[in-house]
Amino acid sequence: MKALHHRQEICTGCLACEIACSTAYFKTEDRNKSSIRILNNDNTFHANICTQCGECINMCTAHAIYRDRNGVVRINKHLCVGCMGCVGFCSELAMHYSDDLPEPFKCIACGICVKACPEGALEILMSKS
Amino acid sequence: MSKILKEYTYTPAKIDKGYSGKSLYIHVGDLRIEEKEVTEFMKEKFVGGKGFDLWYLWHAVTPETRWDSPENEIVMSAGPLGGITQYSGTGKTLVCAISPLTDIPIDSNVGGYYGPLLKFSGWDALELQGKADKDILIFIDGNKGHIIIEEADDLPEDSHLLAEELTSRYAENEQDKVNVSVVSTGSAAKHVLMGMLNFSFYDPRRKTVRFKQAARGGLGTIFRDKHIKALVVKYKGIKGDTNNPADLATLNRVGIKYHKQMHDLDDKQNAMRKIGTANTIMVMDKYDLLPTRNFQTGGDPDAYKISPQVFINEYLTQGIHDGCWYGCTMSCAKTADHFPLKTGPYAGQCVTVDGPEYECAAGLGANLGIFDPQAVLEQNFYCDTYGIDLISYATTVAFIMECYEREEISQEDMGGLDLRFGNAQASLELMHQMSRGEGFGPLAGLGIKKLKKIFVERFGADENLLDDIGMENKGLEYSEYLHKESLAQQGGFALTNKGPQHDEAWLIFMDMVNNQIPSFEDKAYALYYYPMFRTWFGLCGLCKLPWNDIVPADNYLTDTPAKVPEHVQNYVEIFNAVTGKNIDKEELILQSERVYQFQRIFNIRMGKGLREHDSAPYRSMGPVTREEYLSRQERYDKQLQELQGLDPSTMTLDEKIAKTRAYREKQFELLTDAVYKRRGWTNNGVPTIERLQELGMDLPMLLEIIKPHL
Repeated sequence: MKALHHRQEICTGCLACEIACSTAYFKTEDRNKSSIRILNNDNTFHANICTQCGECINMCTAHAIYRDRNGVVRINKHLCVGCMGCVGFCSELAMHYSDDLPEPFKCIACGICVKACPEGALEILMSKS
Repeated sequence: MSKILKEYTYTPAKIDKGYSGKSLYIHVGDLRIEEKEVTEFMKEKFVGGKGFDLWYLWHAVTPETRWDSPENEIVMSAGPLGGITQYSGTGKTLVCAISPLTDIPIDSNVGGYYGPLLKFSGWDALELQGKADKDILIFIDGNKGHIIIEEADDLPEDSHLLAEELTSRYAENEQDKVNVSVVSTGSAAKHVLMGMLNFSFYDPRRKTVRFKQAARGGLGTIFRDKHIKALVVKYKGIKGDTNNPADLATLNRVGIKYHKQMHDLDDKQNAMRKIGTANTIMVMDKYDLLPTRNFQTGGDPDAYKISPQVFINEYLTQGIHDGCWYGCTMSCAKTADHFPLKTGPYAGQCVTVDGPEYECAAGLGANLGIFDPQAVLEQNFYCDTYGIDLISYATTVAFIMECYEREEISQEDMGGLDLRFGNAQASLELMHQMSRGEGFGPLAGLGIKKLKKIFVERFGADENLLDDIGMENKGLEYSEYLHKESLAQQGGFALTNKGPQHDEAWLIFMDMVNNQIPSFEDKAYALYYYPMFRTWFGLCGLCKLPWNDIVPADNYLTDTPAKVPEHVQNYVEIFNAVTGKNIDKEELILQSERVYQFQRIFNIRMGKGLREHDSAPYRSMGPVTREEYLSRQERYDKQLQELQGLDPSTMTLDEKIAKTRAYREKQFELLTDAVYKRRGWTNNGVPTIERLQELGMDLPMLLEIIKPHL
């Protein structure tokens, strides 16, 4: 299974990852449209990112969420009806939405933020589960 | 290819703030199709859903109209909130007609995709009038704006076959099947008066068609009398903004807050996502509320055999979405998949059973003395596919079984069926007879009100006993709650508009268990507020369950936990977010009351709706028989002492039964007085002109009906 991993001990909270993500997918520098969110807790930086756990797959009310062959949990936008149920159901609070977007969005472990991180605090990990 | 009888093209109206602004009228007799404007007056006074249905029905019928009159209409509407995806329980269709069981308007609230897809196809409501001379099918393609009426003689009757075939016929491929919904009934509907309607939705995980039911009051019977085999709608393109709400951001915010509550709290509260409404079986048994053997007692030592855990562990598929409309994270529409049938025309086949709902397990289980989950599910399946309302069926058959066991009727009278309590095989055979129109099936399918008369006149049964134990009011069978110890719920069932169905008021816990409404005035307020509040779900296209089958974690800290204030506010906000209006929780109640009073006056127009029609069988109030009294003797003796100052040790059993009865019947009358006053009705149950004026419902057409009764 492929998933984004964050090393908080070397993260400086520069937010380059957020900008890279929202720019790549929504052509805007808007952290509210980033699938990775860096949270500052007394200068310790925690990343809110999808663990690819897949809890949202079976609860999806439109059968629109699936795991691809790399183990990444993805949303089929053609099937999604924008109910936002997965946003409320994500235990990691890592399913995001924006009122001007018809579907929610999430990290698909694409690696764009990994390349953008100047500190090397992000990496894509592969696991067998 | 079936013969096409009529084609009609239209330009689908764009949805604006929850309304298409158009309704569709189809006369199935002369194949006339018309478009009607949905007026601002209709939206203001009737909101939508059941309100629109009743408005159209009023204009379609006369006081002389009966269920099988050609002018009787089946009207259906999803309501302005129907079809939004962000909040749970928002895909309901409300269906109304003059009922074959009650001769007054029935209203039924049903899930499945038909209503929302109908609206997004451009129609806020659908009226079906007239009678076809042969079986027909009506197909609406909401994307193309195309309606086809065609012959349907060659199609199967039973819903599980019919809806599968039509879903496959009208879908372009497997993925397209979710865009098709079918309304159908089954083979029994033309032989019984308790026929119901199945509303389908396609389940892409199970790859099968599923159903929810517009069950009460004989809607399926009318459907088949009109020779309608099926309605099919197809609409592709559902998104969060298809309903074109005024304020999408609020819908998203309120919806996500609610979904999070569901995620965090359902396991700790009612486990709706695991078992659905049947979660309450053992709770009802514990509190003496589970109707057993025709409502004689409220539980049974064998109830554990049909407990929620049995269904969860052995029958119901767990862990996947089970909602009957998009966005419903309550996900309570459970199924028993790959269920092997043992009887009837489909014996040996494995099917998907939609259920059991609570009413099914309580009615087809405990109330028939059948504590066998396999038999409960098999009856559930056959009621559904044959098009039989399982509540009316269960309550009627429980009545028949008691009549038989008390030797008021004989096995011969029932065509040889041994319909004693606990005999699941006899019950299943009765269903198959209803399907075939043979034997005792059609007679049993007339429902309790007509059976009482027949059993007395034809079989010599005791009229007084049958009046006491026949659990019907206004001609509709009671739904499955024992409520003898809850005076408020006695009113909650009998003082209803359509008949004793729990969707108007369910006050048993407030009244009996928690003692939150001790005085007549308290009960009267509850029998004002809750029927009005619950009516609102039917105006808007909503399900009641998400309101209080899960509650916020801090709900118990509020002033009125039974109202679930946070969720009431959610409804206010999503209504305003869709429609762009600015109602508050008080106006919400007034929206409902306008329609509630209208429906009451509609009943009066049809020759009912007065105090005499709100009377209840004594079985709903107290112990009819010696065995009933003795089964709860300690309770009843104590009440004689505490409530009436009598000494039960000096009284015979019959004296105790008589004194208990006189007291309880008097209590019911006092309750009726208080409720009528609170609802703004005369002592005969007639809405007053003053109350109608306060509501802005002093319409000349209504005043004309009530004036002779004032």
